[in-house]
Amino acid sequence: MTQKEWPLWEVFIRSKQGLDHKHVGSLHAADAEMAIQNARDVYTRRLEGVSIWVVESKHVHASNPDDAAAFYEPANDKIYRHPTFYTVPDSIKHM
Amino acid sequence: METLEVNLEEQFQTRIDADVRIEPKDWMPDAYRKTLIRQISQHAHSELVGMLPEGNWITRAPSLKRKAILLAKVQDEAGHGLYLYSAAETLGATRDQMLADLHSGKAKYSSIFNYPTLSWADMGTIGWLVDGAAILNQVPLCRTSYGPYARAMVRVCKEESFHQRQGFEIMQTLCEGAPEQKQMAQDALNRWWWPTLMMFGPKDADSPNTEQSMKWRIKRFTNDELRQKFVDMMVPQAEFLGLTVPDPELKWNEAKQGYDFGDVNWQEFWDVVKGNGPCNHERLQARVDAWEDGAWVREAALAHAEKRKQRAGTAAA
Amino acid sequence: MYASTDSISLPDVTPELRQQLFSYVLQLADTSLILAHRISEWCGHGPVLEQDLAMANISLDLLGEARSYYQYAAELEGQGRTEDDLAYLRPAVEYRNPLLVEQPNGDFAHTILRQFLYDCFHYHLLVQLQAGPDRHLAAIAEKSVKEAAYHIKWSSEWVIRLGDGTDESRRRLEKAIGSLWRYRGELTTPTTTEQTLQAAGFVPDYAAIQQQIDAHVARVFEEATLPVPQGVFMQKGGKDGRHSEHLGYLLAELQYMQRAYPGMKW
Repeated sequence: MTQKEWPLWEVFIRSKQGLDHKHVGSLHAADAEMAIQNARDVYTRRLEGVSIWVVESKHVHASNPDDAAAFYEPANDKIYRHPTFYTVPDSIKHM
Repeated sequence: METLEVNLEEQFQTRIDADVRIEPKDWMPDAYRKTLIRQISQHAHSELVGMLPEGNWITRAPSLKRKAILLAKVQDEAGHGLYLYSAAETLGATRDQMLADLHSGKAKYSSIFNYPTLSWADMGTIGWLVDGAAILNQVPLCRTSYGPYARAMVRVCKEESFHQRQGFEIMQTLCEGAPEQKQMAQDALNRWWWPTLMMFGPKDADSPNTEQSMKWRIKRFTNDELRQKFVDMMVPQAEFLGLTVPDPELKWNEAKQGYDFGDVNWQEFWDVVKGNGPCNHERLQARVDAWEDGAWVREAALAHAEKRKQRAGTAAA
Repeated sequence: MYASTDSISLPDVTPELRQQLFSYVLQLADTSLILAHRISEWCGHGPVLEQDLAMANISLDLLGEARSYYQYAAELEGQGRTEDDLAYLRPAVEYRNPLLVEQPNGDFAHTILRQFLYDCFHYHLLVQLQAGPDRHLAAIAEKSVKEAAYHIKWSSEWVIRLGDGTDESRRRLEKAIGSLWRYRGELTTPTTTEQTLQAAGFVPDYAAIQQQIDAHVARVFEEATLPVPQGVFMQKGGKDGRHSEHLGYLLAELQYMQRAYPGMKW
């Protein structure tokens, strides 16, 4: 049989209002509507979510792990981006 | 070029040793990828085939409450299969290919599901014993080296915890019930005890891949270690229920602080692995039938999605 | 799992009306249970894993709804029977579900169409029951209508996919329509019990519900590129205990343990 497989979708779930959608896994569905319904049936059987995003896996572009050094390490030495880099006199409040 | 490959492998092992998770796009040795695909898909197939023996009792559950619990449990197994297929797909396997391998008999699944469920007590025994054994295998895998696999296992283990409890509760109700019920429970234990011990796989001496798998941290205890742990855990529970474990050689060993127990019938083990267990044929056939009977449904959904896409395209143009 | 109605007092009605209400709640319970049972037969055999999960969810919803009704029915009866006594120890002639829901699964198209025809009625009925004078029923309906809203969405989409899918899916769906359409009328044909309760305001007017159902069916069938069948003779009898041959086998399986081991706890 050479039948085509249903497309693969990545599923993102917001577990409660105020939080980000988080990647939880994938599933197969013929269309977006079905993907959302399947995501509900597969990934929220125990009240895990209040909102669902699905995106066809082929549309996800990922950074290359080989670029990790070039991508992320330069942030290492920019400690001035973090508030603890600065000393503030004890008497100054609310900063 | 060769040295580069060697370096990559060394770096890979260093990361594993430091308990850094491997993620889908990271470099990994081919053998690691292949072994993982095999292991994860086997596990997924076990969940899928494992729906059948318990599914056999959904329509005959003895109370509405038990019916709901059993259906929810078997549904969870479908969910677990799905999480695991999805983890294997991050390694480049497709679900269709994995299923084709299951259907052709090339891929294996847990042999335990090749035994028949003959009474309601089997629902208790599967939850209590079989899921108990599965949990011992699975909990360490929540820390396995491959990220998507570990995350799927965290989800599985979280959901699995109710499965064993409901099984024990069924057994306890039977053991505290009428003599026929207690008899039913004992009979189920007699039939499932040895096949459950086989779930941990061959003896360490006959399990050549264990060493490499442990080095890669996709297996965290040996088969014999887990089997011993299981027996030590289960014997007191059987005693609590007032059931007799069907092993005349079972004896507490004070020196090793564990039980000595009889040897598994390895001939039976290999027979079932090779496809000659009591239900191998019908389990596999049930899966193949479901897949083939569903082909037109899957095709129709795709065809409809395609038509909609085209109509949307025409409308936009 | 089911709606909590413990704190709600029973409706203040005559013993006769209470008896009718008991029969009606039992009818709702039987209907949900039998359909839940049928769908659960699919478990492990669905066309794709994702749909196995979906069908199990629908079955679990209906089973939970059935249990709420049985528990309420037992309370209305006041004879000390339990949900399990009502489900497991009544013979087929005492079952009050309409013929539609006891029909065997057949293929996926057959199951989908049966579900769709029932969902259309179920959803619109629950919408009305929510606002009814019986606070128990209203509470159960309020919980179940959210589930039913999902079911009708699911089955409607599948009717569209199969109708407007491939030649084969369309042929199979047409065959299902040929077999099942005849059972649709019973859902909205009131029995004498339902008529009494409609007169007393406990059960909604089915004519209004029928209109909403027809409108929904027309929309879905249009999208599915299917003609809505006309002039089909409607079978009935299930709600009066005159069932098809299928129910006996279903109950033999459902009630097996309770019949084989009477009076035991599980």
